[in-house]
Amino acid sequence: MGSLISISVLAIIVLYLGLYRVNKALLPVTVIGLVVAAGFAVAQWNTVARPIYSGMMLFDHYAIAFSVICILSTILIILLSKNYFERISAHVAEYYAIILFSLAGIIVMVSYHNLTMLFIGIEIMSVSLYILAGIKKRDFGSNEAALKYFLMGAFSTGFLLFGIALIYGTTGSFDLEVIRDYILSNPRDISFLFYTGILLMIVGLCFKVGAAPFHFWTPDVYEGSPTLITAYMATVVKTAGFAAFLRLFAVCFAPLSDFWTPSLLIITIITLFIGNITALYQHNFKRMLAFSSISHVGYMLFAIVAIGAASANAVFIYATAYSIASIIAFGVLMLVQQQTGNSSFDNFNGLGKSNPFLAFVLTISMLSLAGIPLTAGFIGKFFMFSRALSQYQIWLTVLAVINAIIAIFYYFRVIIAMYFNQEERTAISIPGNVSFVLGIAALITLIIGIYPGFIAHII
Amino acid sequence: MEHISNAIQTIPLNHYIILSSIIFSIGVIGVLTRRNAIVIFMSVELMLNSVNLLLTVFSIYRNDAAGQVFVFFVMALAAAEVAVGLAIIVMIYRNTNTIDINVLNRLKW
Repeated sequence: MGSLISISVLAIIVLYLGLYRVNKALLPVTVIGLVVAAGFAVAQWNTVARPIYSGMMLFDHYAIAFSVICILSTILIILLSKNYFERISAHVAEYYAIILFSLAGIIVMVSYHNLTMLFIGIEIMSVSLYILAGIKKRDFGSNEAALKYFLMGAFSTGFLLFGIALIYGTTGSFDLEVIRDYILSNPRDISFLFYTGILLMIVGLCFKVGAAPFHFWTPDVYEGSPTLITAYMATVVKTAGFAAFLRLFAVCFAPLSDFWTPSLLIITIITLFIGNITALYQHNFKRMLAFSSISHVGYMLFAIVAIGAASANAVFIYATAYSIASIIAFGVLMLVQQQTGNSSFDNFNGLGKSNPFLAFVLTISMLSLAGIPLTAGFIGKFFMFSRALSQYQIWLTVLAVINAIIAIFYYFRVIIAMYFNQEERTAISIPGNVSFVLGIAALITLIIGIYPGFIAHII
Repeated sequence: MEHISNAIQTIPLNHYIILSSIIFSIGVIGVLTRRNAIVIFMSVELMLNSVNLLLTVFSIYRNDAAGQVFVFFVMALAAAEVAVGLAIIVMIYRNTNTIDINVLNRLKW
C-alpha cells in the first residue's frame, strides 16, 4: 500500500526536479525513494492481509515478495543508467518518471484482487513501456520497436478484455474470490462462455509475457529498444507479468485446471523449443538474449501447468535468479556496445584478457541462465522441475531438460568468445556505479546458488 | 434510466453476445490483414468497443453497476493509448514519410 503511493509520488517529484533542472539530484532521489518504497512493502509483511479499497487490492505475502523483487531490480537498472539517458536526450527526468510510473503499474499488477485492477495495472505498465521503447526518437530501430510493441500490446489487451467481459457475464463479478466461489459452487454446469473467457485471457496474458506462439514481437522489440530499457522489459516486466498470470490462475481458475492445463502444456513446450532453437542461430548477443528470455518464459510456465501451493515460491525463485543474471548480461552488453557500436558475438572476443572482471561476471551470469549448479539459475530450475515431477508431468520435464542442454550451447558461445578467441582490444573503462551493480548481482547469484535456504520458503 | 435499460432488455442477451463477437472478429481480422498503421489502430479500437458493448449489456442484464464502471476504465485507458499511439505514428511518419508497416523491416519481423 505505502509502496504504491510512495512510487507514484516519487514519479511526480522526479518530474518537478526535471522542471527545475536539478539533473544531478535525479538519480539519488529516485534510488532513495525506491528504497523507501521497498521498506514500506517489507514493513507490511507481518500484518494480516485483507482486501483493501472495497476488495480491489490485496497485499499478501505473494504481493509483497514480488513487489520487493521488482523494486530491487529496478534500483539495479536505474543505477546502471547513470549518464546513459543523458546521451539520448537533454530531458532526462522524463525517463526516470516514466520508469517509475510503469513500476507503479507493476505494483498494481502483482497485488490485484479484482480483474479491474489487473487490467488497469497492465495498461499503466504497457503505456509507459510504449514510450520507453521509442525514446530514441531519431533512431529507426527504436521507432520500429515502439510501433510494434504498441500495436501488439493494444491487440493483446483486446483479447484480455474480451475474456474479462465473458467471465464477468457468467459470474456477475470482477472479484477473484467471487469468481472462484462461482466455480466451486457449480462445478457441473459452467457456461461455455466462461471457458471461452479463460482461453481468451490465456491468449492475452501469453502475449504480454511473450510465450510462443504469441512471441513474435519480442525479439524485434528487445533488439530495437535502448539496451537499458530492454533490460527493464526482460526482467521487471516479465516477472510482474508472471506474478499476475500465476495469481489469476492460482486464486481463480485452479479448480478448473483439467480444462486449461492441456492448452498451457502445449504452449509451454512450443515456447521452450522455439526459444532455444531460434537462439542457436543468432549472431547478435542482444537478439540471443531476447530468444533466451522466451525460453525462460517456457520454464516459468511450468509453475502454472503444475499448479499447487508451492508454485508461487518456485516462480519467485526462478524470476529472481533470471532477473539478476539478465541484469548482469545487459549491463555488460551496454558497456561493450558503447565501445564497439553494435552487439554481435564477435565484440566479446578477447574480453577475458582486457577486462577480466567483466568477463568473470558475464560468465557467472551465463552459467546462471544456463542452470549450472552453484548458481541461482540451477536452484530456480530445480524448484521448477521438482514441481512438475511432483505432478507426474514426467514427459514435460524430460523435454525441458533437453532444452536446458540446448541452451548451454548458445550461452557458452559467449564464454568461449571471451576467453578463447584471441583479439587485441583496449580495456573498457568501467564506471563505479556499473561495477557496483555487476558485483552485487554476481554476488547474489552465487549466494542463492550456494545457500538457497534463506530464499526457498519465503512465500 | 429505467426505460433505457428496459429498451436494452427487449433484445435477447444472446443477440448481443453474437453481435459483440462479430465486431470483435472484424477487429482481429483487420489487425491481421491491414498494412496501414492507422487502420490497424482503428481495428484495435473496434475490438475494445465491442468489449464495451458486451460489458454494458451484461451489466444491465445482471442489474450490477460494476460492468458499466469498468467500461469507463476501458474508455479512459483507450484514450491514453490513442494519445501515445498516435504520437508514435507521427514520430515514424517524420522519419520515413509513410505509415505503411511494411517499411518496418529493419529488424526482422
